[in-house]
Parts: sequence; C-alpha cells; structure tokens
Amino acid sequence: MSWNRKLLRVNLSAGTCTPEALNMKWADEYLGSRGLGTKYLCEEIDPKVDPLSPENKLIMATGPLTGTMASTGGRYTVITKGPLTGAIACSNSGGFFGAELKFAGWDMIIVEGKSPKPVYLYIENDKAELRDAAHLWGTTCWHTEETIKADLQDPLVRVSSIGRSGENQVLFSCIVNDLHRAAGRSGVGAVMGSKNLKAVAIRGTKGVSGVKDFPAFLAATQAAKQVLKDNAVTGQGLPTYGTQVLMNVINEVGALPTRNHRDVQFEDAGKISAEAMHEKRPTDGKAHLVTNAACFGCTIACGRISQLDKGHFTVENKPQYWGASGGLEYESAWSLGASNGVGDLEALQYANMLCNEDGFDPITFGATVSAVMELYEMGVLTKEQIGIEAPFGSAKALAFLAEITARGEGFGKEVGLGSKRLCAKYGHPDLSMSVKGLEFPAYDSRGIQGIGLNYATSNRGACHVRGYTVASEVLGIPVKTDPLATEGKPGLVKAFQDATSVFDAAGICLFTSFAWTLADIQPQLQAACEGDWSMEKLNLVGERIWNMERQFNLAAGFTSKDDNLPPRLLNEAAKTGPAKGLVSGLKKMLPEYYEARGWTPEGVPTAETLSRLGL
Amino acid sequence: MQKSLHIDPGKCTGCLQCEMACSYEHTGTINPSKSRIKVFDFEHEGRKVPYTCTQCSDAWCMHSCPVEAIVLDAGTGAKVVKEDTCVGCKVCTIACPFGTVNYMADVGKVQKCDLCGGDPACATACPTGAITYKDAEWN
Repeated sequence: MSWNRKLLRVNLSAGTCTPEALNMKWADEYLGSRGLGTKYLCEEIDPKVDPLSPENKLIMATGPLTGTMASTGGRYTVITKGPLTGAIACSNSGGFFGAELKFAGWDMIIVEGKSPKPVYLYIENDKAELRDAAHLWGTTCWHTEETIKADLQDPLVRVSSIGRSGENQVLFSCIVNDLHRAAGRSGVGAVMGSKNLKAVAIRGTKGVSGVKDFPAFLAATQAAKQVLKDNAVTGQGLPTYGTQVLMNVINEVGALPTRNHRDVQFEDAGKISAEAMHEKRPTDGKAHLVTNAACFGCTIACGRISQLDKGHFTVENKPQYWGASGGLEYESAWSLGASNGVGDLEALQYANMLCNEDGFDPITFGATVSAVMELYEMGVLTKEQIGIEAPFGSAKALAFLAEITARGEGFGKEVGLGSKRLCAKYGHPDLSMSVKGLEFPAYDSRGIQGIGLNYATSNRGACHVRGYTVASEVLGIPVKTDPLATEGKPGLVKAFQDATSVFDAAGICLFTSFAWTLADIQPQLQAACEGDWSMEKLNLVGERIWNMERQFNLAAGFTSKDDNLPPRLLNEAAKTGPAKGLVSGLKKMLPEYYEARGWTPEGVPTAETLSRLGL
Repeated sequence: MQKSLHIDPGKCTGCLQCEMACSYEHTGTINPSKSRIKVFDFEHEGRKVPYTCTQCSDAWCMHSCPVEAIVLDAGTGAKVVKEDTCVGCKVCTIACPFGTVNYMADVGKVQKCDLCGGDPACATACPTGAITYKDAEWN
C-alpha cells in the first residue's frame, strides 16, 4: 500500500535513531500526515506540556499520496504543541522534502527529547544518523541547506532546517525546506530550535512501490489532473497570478484588513497585487515576477519566483538578494503590505526573502509589526524603544524590523514574541489581531462572516487553511454564499474544516480544493491504499481528525472562551466597502456551530459524538 | 516521419511528473532517482530544465559499446540498451558527450532514454507542454 509502514523515532537526548513499525490501525482511522501525526502526538505527549521543553515532541509526517504522481502529492506536515498558542500546532509544507522522506522508505519521523549540542539528522534510505551541526548553528536556512549539500557532496539531498529565528526561539519560527517552502505557522521552528535540532537532510532512492492498484491509480490521478487543468482557478488563475490573484478581489469585497484591521480596504492594494508583479518596473525595465514554479508533483504551479530591483533601498550593496528567489504570495503580500499600510512591492519582497532565509512566519511577523505601528502611532511605543520611526506605511520600519527579528537584536526580541504577548506587555492586549495567540491571515471577519467563525474555532488559532470558506463566500466554490450573511455559515464552516482535514491527511495540497471535492480524491485513495476508502469513511475521518485536535486543545486548557475574536472585529464596524457598518456576527454563529458539531453549549464534544467518531 | 522529444525549458515548472512517469514506465515504481529524464534546477535564475538523451544520429554510446549492447530501434530512432547484453563496463557513460547514459549501481548496468518504444511517458505526463514528442524536423 501507499504507506511505507515504517517510522523513524529519533531520541535527541539519547542520540538514537530507531525504526519502528507504523501503527496500521491508526493509519486506517486517521489516514496520514496531519491526521496520523496528530494521533501519535496525542498518544505520546501530555497536552499540558511546555511546548519548548524536551518533553514536547515534533513529528514530520507524510500522507499516503505523498511521493506519488497524484497532483500536488508532495506535502508533509509538522505536528507539535505550538509555542505561540499552546494549542495543537500543525503546519503543512510543499516543496520536495516530503516526497524525499517517502522515497527514503519512511512515512514519518518522531523527534523527542533534546540534544545536548546542535545536531542535524541525516537520512539516506534506511540509514539514519545524527551529525554535528556546530558549524551550522547561528546561520540561516539558506546557508544551512547549501552547506549540508556541499558537506555531503550531494546536490540532490533535500533539506528542512531552521534559521537563526528558530534557534533564538522567535515564537513564530518556521521550518524551511527547499529554500522557500515552509511549515510556516504556529512556531514549529522554535520547537525544533529548543531541541537543538538544526536540520533534517534526506536522500531517498527507494521510491514508492506499494500503490495497491497501479493501473487504477494512474487512471484516477490522470482524471483528477484533467479536472485541475479545466478549472479556471487551478488551470489559469493560480499558475498565472499565484494566490496574489486575490489582492484586488478581496480589496473590492471590503475584507482586506488594513493597518492592523482599522480599515478593510487598502488604497495601495493595486501596487502590491499580482498584476503589479507582472508589470515592468520603471527603474530597471524588468518585471518583479520571473516565473511560476511547482512543488513536487504539482500540476497547478502557483509558486512565485521573483527578482528584486537591485537599486531598491533595501538591497543596495547586498548582492546576495539580487538573484531569483521565492516570491510573494497573497498572505505575505497582505501581512507585510496592507496590514502595515505599506505599498512598496520591493520592500515587501525583501522582508519576505528575510522570512525565508532565516525561517520566520511572514503572516505573524507582518501582523505583529502592524501592532507595533499602531502602538507607535498611539504614542505607547517610541522611536527610541523601537530603534526607528514606525508609523503605518513605513517601508523602512518594516525592513528594519525584518532584519532584527530573527537575530533577536534590540526590539527584534519583542517582535519575536508575537502580537499577543507584545500587546499585553505594553498594556493593550486588545490590539493583538489574533485568536488563541495566532494572528489573522488576509481576510477580515466583518467582510467575510464565515471565515470569522472559522478563525474563532480553528484548532491552531486564526488560520485560513483550516476551513477556507472564502472559496464559497467570495469565489463561489463549490457554491456561492453571501459573505455578509451569517445564516448557514456554521454548517459551511464545519463542512470546510472536516474536508480540509482529509486533504491534509492525504498528503496533497489544499489548493486542489478550488477544483476538487472529496469525490475527486476518493478514487485516488481507493486505488492507492489497502482497505475501504469510501466517501462515507473519508467524511468520518475528517470529522474525527477535527475532534481529536479539539480534544487535545481542551486537555491543554482551552475553553469556549478562546473561540473568540478580538473586540475590534466584534465592536468596531467596517468603515468602507460592501461590509460598511457591519461587525462580525460570531456571537450568533458560534452556538449553532457547536450544535452542528455535536458539542455541548460549552464547546465540548458530547459522549455521543465521541462514540460516533470512535474517539 | 522521425519523431523526437522536444523540450521547452521556458514552460517547465519543475513538478517532476516526467521523472515519476519515466521511473514508473521502466521500473514499476515511482522513483525519480531512477528516471532517465532529469529536471535541472537553476535556482538563482528561476529556470528549470528537463534534460535527457538526444538520440544522436551518430551515437557515440552505441559505437563505444564493446559488447554491442546498445542498438538502434529503427522504428523510433532511439538508441536502446539491451539489458541482457550490457556488462556494466560504463564505457558508454564516458563516450556520451551529454551525460545522459547512467550507470545503476544496484543492477550493475547502464540505463538511458529509449523513447518508451515511441510513446514517451514523460511527454504524456508533462502538464505544461514543456516536453512534447513531435516531428524531428519541427523547427
């Protein structure tokens, strides 16, 4: 079958790497990647554990479709208890690392304990060993990846690593693979840093051989690829414009959070949009965008490869940033741009490159800078404290803060705490635009009501890729719903959240869901995996994963009070656009959501629900 | 009409569907490390370049083989390795100016593109038209 049936247990305290049989009963119940990895975490750690202590574990997991020719079958997930939120942290990444883990013959790596000194894990097929990383410690993800390839004399080795951000325990650090792909949110990189694990390098030449029915699998993947090709979003919009296609769309909808959610429309949205990335710059006559690029197995290819203007103030005399590199996608263009009122595309890309280079989440970083700028404009923070004048709209302040955050220098240490801790420290906790400590992504809960409910209830905090109702509320996928209405949204949110769990657990990219439903994945899984993978079962697996994560969070100490939004979104009406005069209708939607989930009015899954889901 | 693989790097996104298809066609497993077509990644230019045997009309690999294990497929023009005959001496890998004949340590023989007998799996799998199989006189 499509699983390798084998996981690698790495005990950093003891310095051991031990193969272990994969629990196939759990694989049948939780599928893989996000689902199966979370099951292992829930079974193996105390939910109340300090996320940055040796008792926390960090799991890297593939799904049954990872490493196969199923379109986008290159994903892997990092699962741990997150230091930013204290909730379940589960971050998904593309690139080529996940497929390489599968090709080396493993489904999953479980990292436990803490190494007495910096090490990296090297896996070459069945062989796995810990190697000294003293020469890599204190360096960036880019330097680490390059150095490991040179040390091993193997340019084809795939590397996931942390930069100085993860080492310095910046609470929103990523784990970066293939230079500019990342398990990006909720601080998984800080957990890796707390364990003194600098990187995981993998070379796999065994391939995937256990697909249950290869001819049926090829037919199913081929048919599904055609669906992606024929769809306007996955066939044309994403390859041409990337996720950045949304910048102007969401601005028009009146749901582009601007200046720390003070506004819902950004006057310079056009300057930082996909269209702007295609335009030739007056300065050097070149377009910002060089080309699009794919992750492993992806037939959509939404990735952006960009090149900065060498004369821009951010990179003058810094030739290391002049080459083509991973470019802005919608979330980072928003968080670094609109959220801070910065309309300078080149400055956003510079900050984005620093996020990739040193491994920190541009969404939380950008949103934390937004809070800093608001506090600066209120006079709570001063130029002396921050190290620079930091009003909304300052590209210089953005670039400066991006430079000092990963290094933990000066005020960068404060930024590295994330907005919740920073705003609390300076006496204005309400200004942190976050849920459960995780900052919002690029959609305003007043202009798109369903996504607000999803943010409030998402198991890893304010996150769009747990239940992307924007697809329905704005893009009409699979059916159009009114973004300003609250009616029907609890059911919609639940349906998106449960289905997304299955996409993630399968090892494929959520972006396929612009064209695919579970009915498109089902034949691929049925052909790849032993056992029955009916639609009924997939729906049950999705809901089971969601409730398992919920149970973890409840055991960690979260309650229904944490299923909330900041006062700004509940009390301050949108000032412009279609949502003008509206606040979030969360209070109306939440009880209905709990009921739809089979939870008590306190947000706890009932015994009946747990029993139905086999939990 | 002689057909050949035509590669347009400008259309390549680097997804590796070609490598997966090639390895499955020849080994029955999905294993890019066994692929006879390779996508090279010029990271700092943002360029991805699929690269495989050009099926030279005057094929040095074929001429150099001491046991005549590389033969012309008259139907496709491909220079094909007869695995039963190959003794794994690697002379062809040195003779090839392009580095597209490769020695496989696990089986002790060389492998190269054989155009899949006239229906190249890589071209079929390519989602963007970067790899096509068409009239060799295309221009």
